[in-house]
Amino acid sequence: MIKLMINGQEKNWDGDPDLSLLWFLRDEAGLTGTKFGCGQALCGACTVIVDKQAVRACITSVSDVVGRQVTTIEGLHPTGDHAVQKAWRQMNVPQCGYCQAGQIMQAAALLMENPKPTHDQIRETMAGNICRCGTYQRIENAVNLASTGV
Amino acid sequence: MNIITNPEKLRGFERNIKVEKISRRSVLRGLGIAGGLVLAAPLMSRQAFAAYQTGAAKMPHGTVIDPRVFVAIANDGTVTIVAHRAEMGTGVRTSLPLIVAEEMEADWSRVKVEQAPGNEVKYGNQDTDGSRSTRHYLIPMRQIGASARGMLEAAAAKRWGVPVAEVKAVNHEVVHSASSRRIGFGDLAADAAKEPVPSADGLKLKDPKDFRYLGKGQVSIVDLRDITVGAAEYGGDVRLPGMKYAVIARPPVTGGKLKSFDSADAMKVSGVEKVMEVQGWPWPSKFQPLGGVAVIARNTGAAIKGRDALKIVWDDGANAKYESAAYRTQLEEAARKPGLVVRKEGDVDAALKAADKVIVGEYYVPHLAHVSMEPPVAVADVKDGKAEIWAPVQSAGGTREDVAKTLGIPEDNVTVNVTLLGGGFGRKSKCDYALEAALLSKALGAPVKVQWTREDDVRHGFLHTVSAERIEAGLDKSGKVIAWRHRSVAPSIGSTFAANAVHQQTFELGMGLVDMPFEIANIQCENPEAAAHTRIGWFRSVSNIPHAFAVQSMVGEIAQATNRDQKDMLLELIGSPRIVKLDSVKDLWNYGEPYDSYPVDTARLRHVVEYVADKGNWKRTVPKGHGLGIAVHRSFVSYIATIVEVAVDDKGKLTVPQVDTAIDCGTFVNPERIQSQIEGAAIMGLSLAKYGEITFKDGKVQQGNFDDFPVIRMDEAPLITNVHIVPANPDVPPSGVGEPGVPPFAPALINAIFAATGKRIRTLPIGKQLET
Repeated sequence: MIKLMINGQEKNWDGDPDLSLLWFLRDEAGLTGTKFGCGQALCGACTVIVDKQAVRACITSVSDVVGRQVTTIEGLHPTGDHAVQKAWRQMNVPQCGYCQAGQIMQAAALLMENPKPTHDQIRETMAGNICRCGTYQRIENAVNLASTGV
Repeated sequence: MNIITNPEKLRGFERNIKVEKISRRSVLRGLGIAGGLVLAAPLMSRQAFAAYQTGAAKMPHGTVIDPRVFVAIANDGTVTIVAHRAEMGTGVRTSLPLIVAEEMEADWSRVKVEQAPGNEVKYGNQDTDGSRSTRHYLIPMRQIGASARGMLEAAAAKRWGVPVAEVKAVNHEVVHSASSRRIGFGDLAADAAKEPVPSADGLKLKDPKDFRYLGKGQVSIVDLRDITVGAAEYGGDVRLPGMKYAVIARPPVTGGKLKSFDSADAMKVSGVEKVMEVQGWPWPSKFQPLGGVAVIARNTGAAIKGRDALKIVWDDGANAKYESAAYRTQLEEAARKPGLVVRKEGDVDAALKAADKVIVGEYYVPHLAHVSMEPPVAVADVKDGKAEIWAPVQSAGGTREDVAKTLGIPEDNVTVNVTLLGGGFGRKSKCDYALEAALLSKALGAPVKVQWTREDDVRHGFLHTVSAERIEAGLDKSGKVIAWRHRSVAPSIGSTFAANAVHQQTFELGMGLVDMPFEIANIQCENPEAAAHTRIGWFRSVSNIPHAFAVQSMVGEIAQATNRDQKDMLLELIGSPRIVKLDSVKDLWNYGEPYDSYPVDTARLRHVVEYVADKGNWKRTVPKGHGLGIAVHRSFVSYIATIVEVAVDDKGKLTVPQVDTAIDCGTFVNPERIQSQIEGAAIMGLSLAKYGEITFKDGKVQQGNFDDFPVIRMDEAPLITNVHIVPANPDVPPSGVGEPGVPPFAPALINAIFAATGKRIRTLPIGKQLET
């Protein structure tokens, strides 16, 4: 039996310890906010925060996160009002919205590590997250807004 | 052999196309029949809208204008408005209900949006494609809102015993000013429901100057909060009790089929419960599943692992030799020979012979994959002769029809619930994934989710066509263009419906080939044959991508050859402000719209060029190594011009410092979402221009994921994208927004690269062509 801590709650898993965290979250734990986009850490749609780092859940196995704190989009903020989430809404970032949970988690992790990222740092860090609708300009503006408050 | 789609029989832009041999005569007769949309001048206040007709009535099941279908008011005043179109990122799930709310004087903060299931008899056409939701539904949604308002006002007048003319709905209340009385919508709901629905000709629509929401752009999409907290529901997020998770191994070559399989190793994978064959249909068969082997498991991860362990022998079939380089040669050779003439004005052969100079451009645009961030996925629960589907589909009504046909049950027994779409781009107009889920659920007797992996999406989709375009432009001594021959060779979407479709269909020819707007005395458009070897489907902007790439690149080439400013050259070619006469085009397809309402208007085309040149500062001087390029294109009956600034360093590294796009889409609803669509179109345009290429070898797609089919990421995105919306004239009918931003981007970029480097790119993607 594997015990996991997800959004501050204990979850148990008695199946394949190599199951990816992505499918555990989505199919076994019912936390569907974390999205499947590529399965190979190429698009960032499945980004979650493990301890304080952004991690691609699709190439992380459940056994990799034993003893660590996993945070998904559902647990980023108790009322959904993390500075990044608020900035996202203020800038009207999403189009289809599918990649945005991963984008928000990546941005939140970036700001945890570097509260005042430069233009280049934002573009480099967020380059791991693909948005096919092409909301990049607004993502950058929203990260700036969350970082600086303006 | 000339195979032409009869526009009268088009079941929607992306549905049930009937490719058949019919005489031109019958097509012309068909086109002569006027559309029957319930629109007429008396419905509108004179300043509001000039009467115009759209193609809405010709769509399957047409338009339903009934407030009882679309609006419900609860006693607490909550107004529920039905969104019957699919949300894939355009904002339509917000925009159409917003139109109703505007017209009925509802307070948007007290409106809830409810997604309609697939039911076109009830809601009218639901094919969300062709960039037409706003242009087909602006007036119908206003009429629905006005009807609801009329019923509320009638109920209030009755309660007060005053003439209805003395009362007025204002912001969620009905007011009788003379007596300072007011009643909330909630209090009136029950009475209003008993009122007769006002007749269409008595309806008075609001004066646009009184609009609170339309045209303002201050309303965020209804799903915004849910999206940011992970609560928005996409196809894969649907969970049912007892649901099984499935992935499918599909034939790697289009038209191939299963020979044999060994599931022993797959069954050993932890979590795998069953391996079974899935029925496939012979190619072409519209949107029917390809067939293959399904692995059913307790979760998707186990199903994928199980599929990896399958041993399968395929019979590759007739397309096993499809190879991209050889096919390109074939297309290009065809483009050098005469083909089916699809537009003819003057005598192009004689004019080219007489020309002082002939410029020839050969352009190539490869297959593209949609790669919406959400790969295809569907949930089905089939039992007791009934089917319920939950899926991200663009065409809810079409999906319902296809599920019913595939399962052999009546449509009334099929429910299609439409989730949010994690991107669509035309891929999700084809419901094969929902059909797979339905077949599997029926076989298993349990709810099933079928998840496509990214590799499945890239390798088994309905690709954008592959195209060779050849333009010859003849110039006289003064440099004036006197002859224009454009040959376009590309396998048609029709080939997904009928094996003998070797010509582009009218709707493909009409996307930037035969509707070419230049004022040139001798014009000929030709379409040599091309047979398909894989499933071809609609991709955002469709045939406009290769056609506009060729036409607008050629404008740059002519400017280059005659040493003129690109923008001046473009305006000279567009010529005088006029309605372009396309009389020589047989079966002209005008995005399904009557030409009277939506003609090719070169005044608007010229204006959008001037507008972007002004707003985007075309005259600016750029640093060394930078260049500006411009292109304009009318598609989905909108007019879009784009200026791209590029920088190319001495190693050939391409960056895009700035993009300016102007769009004239007539009257509009939500400028904020227009802006977002055009911002996104620049990213998609840059993706396809820089990287987009699907290739085949031995009949199989060679790419599989974002490593070998890259798209633009943030570090390569334009530094600044400015969107300039041409101010709306309420008399100009609304036109498309979702798609038309894409086609002008690539040629503007390529023209800019020429300005920066002197290098002319004619083959997409750019790839390594700029590397030194």
